[in-house]
Amino acid sequence: MPITRRQFLKVFAGTGVAVTVSGNLLPEIVSALEKAAAGNPPVLWIQGAGCTGCSVSLLNTLHPSIAEVLLNIISLKFHQTVMASAGQKAYDYLWETAGKNYGKYFLVTEGAIETANEGRCCLSGEREGKEVPFTDLTMYLGKGAAAVLALGQCGFGGIPSAKPNPTGVKSVRDFFKDAGVKTPVINIPGCPPHPDWIVGTVAHALMFGVPELDSDGRPVMFYGTLVHDNCPYRSYYDDKKFAKSFGEEGCRLELGCKGPESYADCWKRGWNNNVNWCVHNSLCLGCTQPGWPDSFSPMYVKTSG
Amino acid sequence: MTKLTISPVTRIEGHLKIEVDLQGGKVVDAKSSGTMYRGIENILKGRDPRDASQITQRICGVCPTAHGTASVRCLDNAFGVKPSTNGRIIRNLIFGSDYLMSHILHFYHLAALDYVKGPDTQPFIPRYEGDYRLDPKTNKVAVDQYLKALDIKQKTHQMVALFGGKAPIPYGMVAGGATEVPTVDKMISLKWRLKEIQEFIDGTYLPTVYLVAGAYKDLFNVGVGCKNLLSFGVFPLDDDEKTFLLKPGSYTQGKDLPLDQTQIREYVKYSNYPDSTTGLHPSKGKTEWVPDKKGAYSYIKAPRYRDLPHEGGPLSRMWVTNPVLSKHANKFLGIDPKKEIRFRDLGDKAFSVLGRHAARAEECKLVADAMDKWIGQLKPGAPSWTKVEIPKEAEGFGLTEAPRGALGHWISIKDQKIDNYQVVAATIWNACPRDDKGNRGPIEQALIGTPVPDIKNPFNIVRVVRAFDP
Repeated sequence: MPITRRQFLKVFAGTGVAVTVSGNLLPEIVSALEKAAAGNPPVLWIQGAGCTGCSVSLLNTLHPSIAEVLLNIISLKFHQTVMASAGQKAYDYLWETAGKNYGKYFLVTEGAIETANEGRCCLSGEREGKEVPFTDLTMYLGKGAAAVLALGQCGFGGIPSAKPNPTGVKSVRDFFKDAGVKTPVINIPGCPPHPDWIVGTVAHALMFGVPELDSDGRPVMFYGTLVHDNCPYRSYYDDKKFAKSFGEEGCRLELGCKGPESYADCWKRGWNNNVNWCVHNSLCLGCTQPGWPDSFSPMYVKTSG
Repeated sequence: MTKLTISPVTRIEGHLKIEVDLQGGKVVDAKSSGTMYRGIENILKGRDPRDASQITQRICGVCPTAHGTASVRCLDNAFGVKPSTNGRIIRNLIFGSDYLMSHILHFYHLAALDYVKGPDTQPFIPRYEGDYRLDPKTNKVAVDQYLKALDIKQKTHQMVALFGGKAPIPYGMVAGGATEVPTVDKMISLKWRLKEIQEFIDGTYLPTVYLVAGAYKDLFNVGVGCKNLLSFGVFPLDDDEKTFLLKPGSYTQGKDLPLDQTQIREYVKYSNYPDSTTGLHPSKGKTEWVPDKKGAYSYIKAPRYRDLPHEGGPLSRMWVTNPVLSKHANKFLGIDPKKEIRFRDLGDKAFSVLGRHAARAEECKLVADAMDKWIGQLKPGAPSWTKVEIPKEAEGFGLTEAPRGALGHWISIKDQKIDNYQVVAATIWNACPRDDKGNRGPIEQALIGTPVPDIKNPFNIVRVVRAFDP
């Protein structure tokens, strides 16, 4: 028996979890956001130059299950990969829903924002017979959003922004900042992000407001710890026992592990019902850090940091 | 003549626009346009070759392991290294798990809503209205399965992660083999998870595909396509990688031909790339995007095999391999269950919207059953990885089959760095535009003749397109 959105709210309200609101955000924005969250805020999920990996990762959420998230917790008005509708019917509905709820909905961006050639590298759909670049769509929806959840590494630019950045990718923050748009942006990086990071951030925003964010816009509750300091292989590092090949016991530093520069809680959360995680399997590639992949390349070479 | 544009095509991976001309309630012309360009191939230039297997996985978050497989095979080939038995099998198990994920996700979450009416809530409304043919009881069963399949989907990703580290986009496949040495506890854990998925495929997914097919029988005659089929082969069964679970080869103009990768060319007359780069083999390929090119209507190139459009995906692999089908197929076709029927016994029914769905579901069972055997062939404690040296200069290629079609990567290395890297992705074969001779791509051809009785709710257009799992 799935829980209802109402029950979901109750469960969270009863836990007495402290409300942490970021000092990085203007108070009036925070209060606007909380006002928005009090209703049943529509969620508009748009996809730019990405791979759909963030959506595929979200589908793996366990507690609550994705069925509960979709049916009972959020009102997902637009999501290209799961929605029933298509073409004009779907795209017009996106614009109409945004117009009717301007200022109140949450915007989720997945994939990078390509600004070269007036954004024509990535076309989001057709409206009144004209192709709409993803840049134009994001700008309109971003201005009217209570908050933007910039999902995945592409929120920082990600792989599409890697050298030579062929399509002029901008991070979501810079894209709005350069246009003077003040909508708060929460980054949930990772390539892809863990489903708990997405659901947990949404839940926190709905229950308690914006979670505390670090200077890169990431929720501290998920991205506040250094992988290397907490790594179960740390004692190998301290003993200078380094794995020289995959499958060998030892710290993964010399295989190229980027744990010493990466902030995320994979070390305790694990992936896919905690059956495994990157460092146990091979190494951390640093996919939650701004500047990835370029600042963490080559991947399979010992980091200088 | 009436024009109809569907942009965006939803419930696919990526950005696709379909334009059709309608006459007398049927499609008489069609254009398929990819509307997103990233230039991943240009991003790869100058990098450490080994990074390609991670960067290319981000081409597609639904089938990252397909790019991972093509890339590590490409690197093995360029580096002159051969994975160990464990390396080969672990790669097959990671990729195989993702195959199960992709096929189940495709049927239930990407395609089913074209046949099954979802509940009257987001994200199931708005929707096309009208042509839902399941009786209310069957429809409800199908909706319940949609939800059940979400749980199955995340469990297949647990299987990917067991040897892959995480899913989607695992780290467990690298040049030289796989990263984890198999242990008995992981093998057992994988086997038990697989058992649940096998039961779902055999007890739920396959029978439901045939049940839905029974209510939409006319769709065995819709979406014929180009009838040229291409398979690069996938899941190597021996350490020399000479035999495959799903075989390489092509069915070209009615003839079975052996695979010859030198026969691939990419054309760009109708694509946003300079005409000077048309007709190249991918080993010499270029990806120089030009935004406003006259006559171009797609950001994807038009790959051709033996100079003809070829369809990729489960239909192609099952036709080329021609395996024995499940007993569900016997039942559906009214054939004695004791009699063995093979995929080609479907005849012309195979070349259709429903033929593609049946091929995918039958293939899903085939892969799952094979994985069960592969787990037992792992050697616990034996190495999975062979050390690699990056050559100063080298060329290589890696071919495999993404769940949605033939996938190849080509590399040339200079000064131990990537000098050129080219990807011919699976959906490029199917969703491509016309080639320089004006031959339509496979999806475009499949759309011709499709009946569209209600232009406001063009069910059959999206059914044809989604059957290719773009």
